[in-house]
Amino acid sequence: MNSWERFVDAFFNVKVMAKYLPDIAYGMLVTVELAALVIAAGLVTGLALALVRSLGFRPLNLLIIFVVDLFRALPPLVIIVFIYFGLPAVDIAPSGFVSTWLSLTLVLMAFSEEIYWAGITSIAKGQWEAARSTGLSYGQTLMHVVLPQALRLTIPPLTNRTIAITKGTALGTVVAVSEILGMASSAVSNSYNPSPLTMGAIAYLILFFPMVIFGRWLETKMAWKR
Amino acid sequence: MLQTFFNLEIVGAAWRIILAGLGNTVLLSLVVVPLGLLGGLALATLASVRNPWVRWPLMAWVDFFRAFPPLVLLIFLFAGLPFAGVELGGFACVCIAFFLNTGAYYGEILRAGVESVPTGQSEAARSTGLGRLQTMLFVVLPQAVRNVLPDLLSNTLEVVKLTSLGSVVAMPELLFQARQAQSLTYNPTPIVLAAAIYFLMLWPLVRLLSRLENRALAGRG
Amino acid sequence: MAAKPIAGSIVQARGIHKHFGALHVLKGVDLLLAERELVFVIGPSGSGKSTLLRCLNRLEEPSSGSVMVDGVDMLDARTDINHARQRIGMVFQSFNLYPHMTALGNVTLALRKVAGKTRNEADTLGHAALARVGLADRAGHTPGQLSGGQQQRVAIARAIALEPRVMLFDEPTSSLDPELVGSVLGVMRDLRESGMAMIVVSHEMGFARNAADRVVFMDEGAIVEEGTPAEIFERPVQERTRAFIGQIQRH
Repeated sequence: MNSWERFVDAFFNVKVMAKYLPDIAYGMLVTVELAALVIAAGLVTGLALALVRSLGFRPLNLLIIFVVDLFRALPPLVIIVFIYFGLPAVDIAPSGFVSTWLSLTLVLMAFSEEIYWAGITSIAKGQWEAARSTGLSYGQTLMHVVLPQALRLTIPPLTNRTIAITKGTALGTVVAVSEILGMASSAVSNSYNPSPLTMGAIAYLILFFPMVIFGRWLETKMAWKR
Repeated sequence: MLQTFFNLEIVGAAWRIILAGLGNTVLLSLVVVPLGLLGGLALATLASVRNPWVRWPLMAWVDFFRAFPPLVLLIFLFAGLPFAGVELGGFACVCIAFFLNTGAYYGEILRAGVESVPTGQSEAARSTGLGRLQTMLFVVLPQAVRNVLPDLLSNTLEVVKLTSLGSVVAMPELLFQARQAQSLTYNPTPIVLAAAIYFLMLWPLVRLLSRLENRALAGRG
Repeated sequence: MAAKPIAGSIVQARGIHKHFGALHVLKGVDLLLAERELVFVIGPSGSGKSTLLRCLNRLEEPSSGSVMVDGVDMLDARTDINHARQRIGMVFQSFNLYPHMTALGNVTLALRKVAGKTRNEADTLGHAALARVGLADRAGHTPGQLSGGQQQRVAIARAIALEPRVMLFDEPTSSLDPELVGSVLGVMRDLRESGMAMIVVSHEMGFARNAADRVVFMDEGAIVEEGTPAEIFERPVQERTRAFIGQIQRH
């Protein structure tokens, strides 16, 4: 075997790949499930926080700002480790899946709140005044006039941030979630061959490459409209 | 509750270990941030050549590494390469992974910055006899960096946070040390302590960023 | 000088004071507007004209004083302010159209959400309002596809669709190119001829001469002088009024 053949045998071993394909496919399913739950919960709670913040109730706003700052400053892995290894000390023992989901949701909540908030505050004061002068209430103005404009502005940064945070589902492998990386790693130690890692890498590309391209497309499309 | 999550006795026992971890996190950041910037700078400079045969492969390279979770890259280098007879060790793996991953992010940001500088600037510089590289270094890049400073800082925040991945390949950085201390003391206090250190260290940057970002989006409206 | 109370006045503002921190922007302004009357407010920038208008529909909260519009006490905490604002149309210098909605959408939003009309009713009223400002054929356009003059006319339609009892105009032509000013003033003249009570803050002196019943000159947060257009423009009594009129006529 020359060195090229050795390389192919190690990283593109067809026999190993065929054997562990179902495992990786299962891992993909878990990753997609985890990602979807993170995106849904993170974006919704972030928007809820931004809306509450727009009411301008000062003590509440300081609390929101602190929570947002906290989860922007902490590395996601630190939050996962704290929830998974720390909380059992008070008899709360979330699974690895729940720990990862909760951590990434909190992080996405914080980042998206900040983006939504920037969007809301960037809408000109005249829009509020015009709507209020026709008798629309605060809430109606927010819902029908301000948010539609603000959300449109936030789509590109929100998309890119969501992709970056969703990639963090791979961190679940540290707390034994059977997502792609976790499945690939255990397949490597079982088969003593790194080909499952190659498959895992391809699986991540299948999931995230289209999203990255989509984010890039959104950015240029929105830039032209400006 | 306080006895569990912030036990002063444990703080007293673990602070040396944690502090050593903090030192390594700072050192690691000081290595990987410049490394990523360097990679990004190279990408952005190459991308400024308006040749599709150069630009498209570069874009693909950047998007490839933006789509790849950094942990997957790290594990691939750390656990995969030894099978090909290449044994790099945790530190080298972290450096390469960060160079590729954060380099792609920095590259994308700097490229957008370079494109935000009007072409008249480089034409003016070239007309005074500056070379292509000199024009880039002295005229275009300084303006580009100023235009995308919030994004650069935001990415730097992410890079410093990402150094916590080093714990997975047994680099003795802050999170790794905290985990060690936790398993020695059977108490989560060291993790809380590490989290508090991360927060205090990065909070000023987060505050600064939220100001800059608010202004940036407002400018578009 | 104190304004004489006018029977059947639609707007009665008395003793309006407004502070912005240490800044005293309105210093006890009285303003009465009769049914079918057009009052024209002039004065140098920073004299408090716009702030006065915005106090009338409570976009700004007056620091003290009283505001009655169509018999409703605007400053009473029990007043449903959103309901009351339907009766007071306002047109802004910068149009403030909603960029994400069509012209018709701009006009019908408050009809549906505040006046409680169904979508069909609102659309009918909205088309009628757009026809009144001469834009029946632009209902489906977004603000970005309209000229400045057309945008401002949509903004007027948005206000009149709610059938207000009084209209407030805050420098409606100041951000328009000169050739587009005429179309907006034309709509305002039609509105006046239909009997709408109006308060207009503007620099369009020609319009004031032709259309105003009364001209009010404000300076430094107070009304300095008021009278018919002829009185204010030809024979101003106060020195400050004379100086201001002289200045704008030189231009």
